[in-house]
Amino acid sequence: MQDDDNVKEKGSGLSRRTFLKASGISLSVPLVMGYRVVKVSGADVKIYGPGKVPLSLSINGKSYNAQVEPRVTLLDALRNELDITGAKRVCDRGSCGACTMIVDGKAVYSCSTLAIDAQGKSITTVEGLMQGETLHPVQQAFIDNDAQQCGFCTPGFVVACKAFLDKNPTPTAEEIKKGLGGNTCRCGTYVGVRAAVAQAAGKGVKRNG
Amino acid sequence: MAEYKWPDADKRTHIGKRISRIDGPHKVSGRAKYSFDMNRPGMLFGKILRSPYAHAKVKSIDTSAAEAMAGVKAVHIMAQPGTPTDELKWAGASIVALAAVDEPTAEDAIRAIKVEYEVLPHLVIDNDPKTAGDTYTRAANENKVGDPDKGFSEAEVTIEGNYGLPVITHCCLEPHGSVMEWEDGGQNLLAHLSTQAVSGSVGQIARPLEIPATNVRVKQDHIGGGFGSKFGPDEWDITAARLSKKAGGKPVKMFNERDAELMVAGSRPSVYAKVKVGVKKDGTITAWESQSWGSGGVGGGGSPPIPYIFNIPNQRKQHTNIINHVGSQRAWRAPNHPQACVLTMEPLEDAAAAIGMDPYDFFMKNIELTGQRAPIYSDELKIAADLIGWKKNWHARGDKTAGPMKRGLGLSIHTWGGQGHASDCDINIQPDGSVELKMGTQDLGTGTRTTLNIVVADTFGLPLNAVKILIGDSRYPASGGSGGSTTIGGISAAARRGSLDALEQLFSKVAPSLEAKPEDLEAVGGNIRVKTNPAKSVTWAQACSKLGATPLTVRGRHFPNAPGNLTNQGVGGVQMADVSVDIETGIVRINKIVAVQDCGLVIDLKTAESQVYGSLIMGVCWALYEEKIMDAKTGRMLNPNMEFYRLAGIADIGDLVVHMMTGKGYDERGVIGLGEPPAVSPGAVISNAVANAIGVRVPYLPLTPDRVLAALEKKGGNNARI
Repeated sequence: MQDDDNVKEKGSGLSRRTFLKASGISLSVPLVMGYRVVKVSGADVKIYGPGKVPLSLSINGKSYNAQVEPRVTLLDALRNELDITGAKRVCDRGSCGACTMIVDGKAVYSCSTLAIDAQGKSITTVEGLMQGETLHPVQQAFIDNDAQQCGFCTPGFVVACKAFLDKNPTPTAEEIKKGLGGNTCRCGTYVGVRAAVAQAAGKGVKRNG
Repeated sequence: MAEYKWPDADKRTHIGKRISRIDGPHKVSGRAKYSFDMNRPGMLFGKILRSPYAHAKVKSIDTSAAEAMAGVKAVHIMAQPGTPTDELKWAGASIVALAAVDEPTAEDAIRAIKVEYEVLPHLVIDNDPKTAGDTYTRAANENKVGDPDKGFSEAEVTIEGNYGLPVITHCCLEPHGSVMEWEDGGQNLLAHLSTQAVSGSVGQIARPLEIPATNVRVKQDHIGGGFGSKFGPDEWDITAARLSKKAGGKPVKMFNERDAELMVAGSRPSVYAKVKVGVKKDGTITAWESQSWGSGGVGGGGSPPIPYIFNIPNQRKQHTNIINHVGSQRAWRAPNHPQACVLTMEPLEDAAAAIGMDPYDFFMKNIELTGQRAPIYSDELKIAADLIGWKKNWHARGDKTAGPMKRGLGLSIHTWGGQGHASDCDINIQPDGSVELKMGTQDLGTGTRTTLNIVVADTFGLPLNAVKILIGDSRYPASGGSGGSTTIGGISAAARRGSLDALEQLFSKVAPSLEAKPEDLEAVGGNIRVKTNPAKSVTWAQACSKLGATPLTVRGRHFPNAPGNLTNQGVGGVQMADVSVDIETGIVRINKIVAVQDCGLVIDLKTAESQVYGSLIMGVCWALYEEKIMDAKTGRMLNPNMEFYRLAGIADIGDLVVHMMTGKGYDERGVIGLGEPPAVSPGAVISNAVANAIGVRVPYLPLTPDRVLAALEKKGGNNARI
C-alpha cells in the first residue's frame, strides 16, 4: 500500500508530509495581510487563519474590506459582513444557483467559493448590473416576461442569465434550457425565464453588456 | 353609499390587462429586502442544536463549553430535561438555541454542546398501515354512500389498483425564520418575520412571550416562498426573541439551515389507497370503494375528499391516519386536493382504459356527476383538448409504435374555493393629489402589491404610478393570512370598496365647482368630470386641492357577506399532459401540459397566468422528482438537501400552455382566488399520460425511473389487466 503521507498533490510539487513540516517556517509576509507565506519546495504557499483575517474584495467596481475567518464563503462575507444581500443563500452547497455571482467573467456559486479566494478578482453581483437607474436588458426582460414570483431565486437567475448571454449572445431555445440548468426556482418561473433570455438576446445583449 | 361593483369591461383601464408586477424592478435588482436579508446594528446569529434521533428523551444538556466561548451571547434550552419538552419526537427537533456574534462562532458553539439521550423506538415509514401497528394508526369508521354492493353488482367491469403519493416538503427558497429585536428598553418587539400572515402573526408572537400584542410589530417587505408553510411564528422565532432579550435586546437572526428547512419546516402529507371502481361498458360509473392511509408526521395526515369532484352514486371508503416520528405536516397549496385528485383521476382513467373508452369521452359522459360546475368543466375540456390536439394525438392505452420512446396523453380536473378573506385597508388622498393605500397584507409573489395598485388606480382613473402601495407591516389595517387562495378576493374587494367610498367623498367636495351633483361625476383619465358633459372637468390634482389642508383617509373593508358582488368562490380547471417515456431507462419527459382555468374576474392577467405556470412547474416537481425519503432504521431524512431532494429545472418542464377563462360568464362572478386550484391536477394528469404511454399504471408518485421500470416489469400485476 502506498504511504498516504507521501502522496504527491498533482501540480503542487508537495507531499502532505513536506507541507506539514514546512508550515510555519520562512514567514515572509506580516500577519496584517491576513496570511503567512511559507516557502515549500521552492513554491510560495499562503496560509490563512485560523482566526479572522483581513479581507479585501472588489465588488461591482468598488473596493470593500472586512475581517472574516478563512472558512467564510464569498456569499456569507457579502451578505453578513458587507450587507450586499442580493445573492441568496438557499441550498448552501452548490446545487440551486440562488447565490450566483460573476467572478472574473465566470458565473460561480458563491456559496461554494471561499471569500479569501475571491480576493484580487473582479466580482459582479446582481446589484452591479444596473447602469445608474437603468435596468440591464436581462433585468428588464425578467420584468416584461414576469420571470419572477417570490423573487428569491431571481437575483441568482438574473446573474446566471447575464453570464450565459455574455458567453452565448444568440442562444437557441435548446441552449437556453441547457445553459440555465444550474438555477432552481420553487415558484415555477421557468417559462418566463426562457422568454426573458430570448428577449434579452434579441436586444443584442453582448459580452459585458 | 357607493354601489360596490367592478367596472364594466369597456370601462376598465387596468383591471384584466397584462400588467408587469410593480415590485419587479426591486426584485430583479437585488434591492428587494427579504426578512432573511435583514442586517441590523449589533445583530447576533442564532443557531439551533437539533435532534439526531427520530424519538429520544433528553437526559442531560451541558452547554458550559459553548457558553464559555468568546462571542456567544445567549443560550436557551428548548428541550429541558425532566420536563414535558424533553421528549424529541422527530429527527431535527429543537434542543438548544444560542446566539453569537457571527455564524462561524455560533456553529462552533453548537458543536460544543453535549447532550445525553435515551433513544426510544420510532416509526418513520408511512406506506403500510400494517407494519405501523395500532400504536401509530388511527382508523376512521367506514363511510358509505348509496348502496356500494348494488353498485358493484351493476358494474360490467371493475378495476382495482393501488395509487398514492409520498410526503413532500415545501422547500421554500427563503427558509423559515426571523430577525427579532427588542426596542424601547426591552418593552416592544420588532419582528422581521418571513410569514404569510403579517397581521395575524402579532398575537401568535405575543402569546408565548406573555406580552401584550400591541407591543409586537411584524414587518416584512418580501417573502421568499411559503406555499402554506409560513402562517405564524415558529418555535425558533419565539426562541430568537428570547435570545434577543437575554442579549440585552440585540437583534437575533434565526433562519433554518437547508437541512432543517426540509426536515422540520412543514410537509404535505402522503396518501396511499387501494381503489376499486365499477363501470358499465357505456362509461357509466356505478360504484367506488377505497381503503386509504397516509401520514403527515407527528400530527397525522389529512383525509382527502375522495372520490374527488365526481359524486359517484355508490361508495364505500375507509381512511387510516398514520401518526409517526417525522416533522409535522403543514398546509401545502390546496391541502388534501392534490392527494384526492391523484386517488380519483388515476383510477377513473384506468376504468376508462379498461372499457376501451377515450378518457375525454368518459369524463364528458360523467360530467353531470361533477355537480354545478359541469358546464364549466365541459367548456374547459373542449378548450384543453383543442390546445393539446387530444383527438388527433390520443391513442388507446399503450403506445404501439416501434422503439423505446412511448408517448401518451392524460387528463384531470380539479376544483377549489377561493372566497376572499376579511381585509381592511386605508386609502389616503393628499390635497396635492397623491394617493397611497396601506394594508397589513403580504405579497407572496402572487402579485398582491400589483393587484392593489391596479384596483385603486382603475377606480380613480389614474395611471398606476400615481398610487403608492404600502403593505407588509402589522401597523397597517389588518388583513388575512395568504392561504386558501383567499388573498386576491379579500384585498381587491377591500381596495375597491375603499376607493369607491373615497371617490364618493371627493366627488362631493368637487361637485359644486363643476355645478353638478356628486353622483353625476366620474373619474376618468386623470380627471374628474361630468358624465353627461365630459368637457366640464377638473384634473385629479385640482379636485384633491378642494380637500383643503387635511388629507382624506377612508377605510376600505371586506368581510363575510359584505355588500356588492366583488368576490366569490368555487372554480374548476382542466389540465391535459403529453409525455414521452423511455421504457429502457424509465425516464419520463414532459412534452407539453395545457392548463385551462377559471377564477372569476382576473385583476392582472400577467401575474394570474404566472400562478398557473408556477402551479404546473411545481406539479412537474412532485409528479416526477419530489419525495421526503425517510430511513426506517435511523429515522432520519435521507435527502435534506437540494441535490437529492430534487426540483425540476428549466429543461424539465416541457412546453406549458395556460388558458384563462375570462369574459362573459366569468367576470361577473367577481374575483376568486387562483394560487391553489391549478396546483391540484399536475400529479394525476402526468401519471395518466404515463399510463397511456406505457400501457401500465405506475402506482405511486413520483414517477422516478425505478418506479416506471418496476411497473413495466410487473405487467400482469394489479393494474396490468388494463
